[in-house]
Amino acid sequence: MADELGRFRVLNAKPVNLDGFSVPDAELGLVAMSSPYDPSPSLVVASTADGGKEIVELDGKPASEFDVIDEFIARYGIDLAVADEAMGLDDVTLARMAVDVNVPRAEVVRLIGGTTPAKLARVVALMSPVEMQMAMAKMRARRTPSNQAHVTNQLDDPLLIAADAASAVAYGFREVETTVPVLGDAPSNAVALLIGSQVGSPGAMAQCSIEEALELRLGLRGLTSYAETISIYGTEQVFVDGDDTPFSKAILTSAYASRGLKMRVTSGGGAEVLMGAAEKCSILYLESRCVSLARALGSQGVQNGGIDGVGVVASVPEGMKELLAENLMVMMRDLESCAGNDNLISESDIRRSAHTLPVLLAGADFIFSGFGSIPRYDNAFALSNFNSDDMDDFLVLQRDWGADGGLRTVTEEYLAAVRRRAATAVQAVYRDLGLADYDDARVEEVVAANGSRDLPAGHPKMVAEAAASIEARQLTVFDVIASLQRTGFTEEAEAITTLTRERLRGDQLQTSAIFDHQFQVLSKLTDPNDYTGPATGYTPTERRRAEIDGIRQARTSAELTADQAEHRGHVVVTDVEAARQGSDPREVCIGLSPAWGRSVWLTLCGLTIGEVLRQISAGLEEEGCVARTVRVRSTIDVGLIGLTAARLSGSGIGIGLQGKGTALIHRRDLAPLANLELFSVAPLLTAKKYRELGRNAARHAKGMAPVPIFTGGTDESISARYHARAVALVALERRACEPGQPPVTVKVENP
Amino acid sequence: MSGKDITEITVGNAIDGKLGLSDLRMDPAALAHQAVLAEQGGNPQLAENFLRAAELAVIDDEQVMALYEALRPYRSTATDLEELRASLLTKGAPRCAALVEQAAIAYARRGLLR
Repeated sequence: MADELGRFRVLNAKPVNLDGFSVPDAELGLVAMSSPYDPSPSLVVASTADGGKEIVELDGKPASEFDVIDEFIARYGIDLAVADEAMGLDDVTLARMAVDVNVPRAEVVRLIGGTTPAKLARVVALMSPVEMQMAMAKMRARRTPSNQAHVTNQLDDPLLIAADAASAVAYGFREVETTVPVLGDAPSNAVALLIGSQVGSPGAMAQCSIEEALELRLGLRGLTSYAETISIYGTEQVFVDGDDTPFSKAILTSAYASRGLKMRVTSGGGAEVLMGAAEKCSILYLESRCVSLARALGSQGVQNGGIDGVGVVASVPEGMKELLAENLMVMMRDLESCAGNDNLISESDIRRSAHTLPVLLAGADFIFSGFGSIPRYDNAFALSNFNSDDMDDFLVLQRDWGADGGLRTVTEEYLAAVRRRAATAVQAVYRDLGLADYDDARVEEVVAANGSRDLPAGHPKMVAEAAASIEARQLTVFDVIASLQRTGFTEEAEAITTLTRERLRGDQLQTSAIFDHQFQVLSKLTDPNDYTGPATGYTPTERRRAEIDGIRQARTSAELTADQAEHRGHVVVTDVEAARQGSDPREVCIGLSPAWGRSVWLTLCGLTIGEVLRQISAGLEEEGCVARTVRVRSTIDVGLIGLTAARLSGSGIGIGLQGKGTALIHRRDLAPLANLELFSVAPLLTAKKYRELGRNAARHAKGMAPVPIFTGGTDESISARYHARAVALVALERRACEPGQPPVTVKVENP
Repeated sequence: MSGKDITEITVGNAIDGKLGLSDLRMDPAALAHQAVLAEQGGNPQLAENFLRAAELAVIDDEQVMALYEALRPYRSTATDLEELRASLLTKGAPRCAALVEQAAIAYARRGLLR
């Protein structure tokens, strides 16, 4: 398009325009918060022959028409003792109660227990996003937020899985989740993840997400400690297409608990639309059915709010709001919220941050149900919304907002140490159990690797054969423990033993449970959310605050000015006399700031102060003017320094120059803040620009028209890049400042 | 059931080969205890799950897998489910049996039987 407007040329190339956006279409279920086909909330309860009660109508549907989802919710999901009261309250009242800090969490939980799916969907749909966050702060089950990581790679390399699992727990993740590009590799991935996840900081739970039956089998052998990809859906068609029913899922839920495996179900809006069977209902209503069903199943938690269907949800108006509402509904039904964010919602960094930030700020049991702790390309689930190359961004976001997202800074040395130990442990166990023989060079390659693309592919069948051997011999967690012990990895052997023992107590089966690094269970029961308004609820301990604040990039003023010392003394400034009024009409005074050549030696653009002065003086000389340097001691303000210099100058023109390189041209009759030309963005200046400044000052002195100096502008965030350093340099100026002291003419020489 | 105490889950016993699959099953009493805690915590559905789990804890892995498989869509006839229900009752698993019974009714209505 030849006639394309410049603005559109740029906009069209922006990443956000790679995203798909749909016009809402209720017929396809492509609507976020409500559809005209969503049922109206209703609940009719009748007495049974044996004196009990049963639901005979649910959200407009009589019992004879119940599908399997209605059937299960009606049977198990609704607290009939409060149903009349809860269904009788109007939607606004319930929504306000959820948001109001003066209404206790327990009261909201009690009432929501009596609501139908359609009712809860209508209640949350009334809230603004900020109200949802308020409600989340109160309604999330566990007090202390946590986080979960994806740990996968394209090669299913067990050493790399172990190293990445150890890295993930070093960063603070308390659940780590793997899956496979190649199904047969799953047992190997599970073993490697289990070992790696206990290196350095024990107690993180591990899962291997694969087909339901196979996943359960790994769990039964103790090779995993939790499961979450027990998928449920909001329509019967999609549920059955997924080869399950609520009844089979209920047995699966209990089967996991019977072996001490923590589990939660996965739902997440958009799946039904993707499968073409949304029954014309809104994404929110179908998700509300899922959450009701999760509660009915006896699942302690739900993963939703940005799972595989996230692109569908984000394509329609209010999609992101709907995703947040999914998390909130889980919390209101008193379940563990593993808050999604585990699928890349957009090609736009702005949109993907916008998706995650509200959850980070409000808090959730797990901020991500899979932060991609590995590179994007290595994620065998799907790209997560944040990935390993976003780690620093996430850590900085925690610090920016004082919000605990569960993660912490890790030094390069520590990361290398745990990666090496994890890879070495897996190498040793695989050799000891006769599964595979990885050489020492491979260990070192894995330690150093960012991801599998940094590794030679290795023998293509090596992992498959190791996995097949684990299966053929039906190795259990006890074989892994014994092998770790035999090969000298006693800490890891002990950690996995403790994990196995503790899980048999069952405390980690309760809602929102995680183990801390001392195997204490933090759950809804042991660490209940006690938020009741400002100055209540979770606040990081001092130690945790220090972890959040202590990012590796933070520098003290001393560190930021350490490079000044390298240039100390490259010019020598000597006082000549108290500065007097000049009389030479060609004289231009250059006013030097208090710290110039005393404690500041290097400007923000990287030129030494001596070089800057040399260029300005040369510019003056080229135009036939004479420079005189004067030290202005009483102020650090570059405008006043310039004005002082101008008033002393024979020509009435002066230059103000700070140590950090900020410079301007002043004239004796102007107000202090007015000036003739200002170089305010010191980091962008060059030797050439300083010379041009000198020339222009001379032209002003001679009464000639100056030549405009164009900087060309910049795309850089000057303030973000340089202000920390500028503040440190200004502090040096302030320290050198001598209020009330008159200016001094100085000589500046090279030693 | 191996009947081992939790404290016998040790590195030493793993090395000595004294631990096996049956030691990974929960003690039904532990699950019953967790059910009480869940109920007290206001989640009767979670309690019910733990009680179903307590029934499954004494059933071996393959039979648990078979039970799950039987409840997946189009796997079982009405007769299959009735037999399954009856066998669960004899194994002392009345809650799981009730679930199978309820499934049989719903599957018949929704056409999910084999």
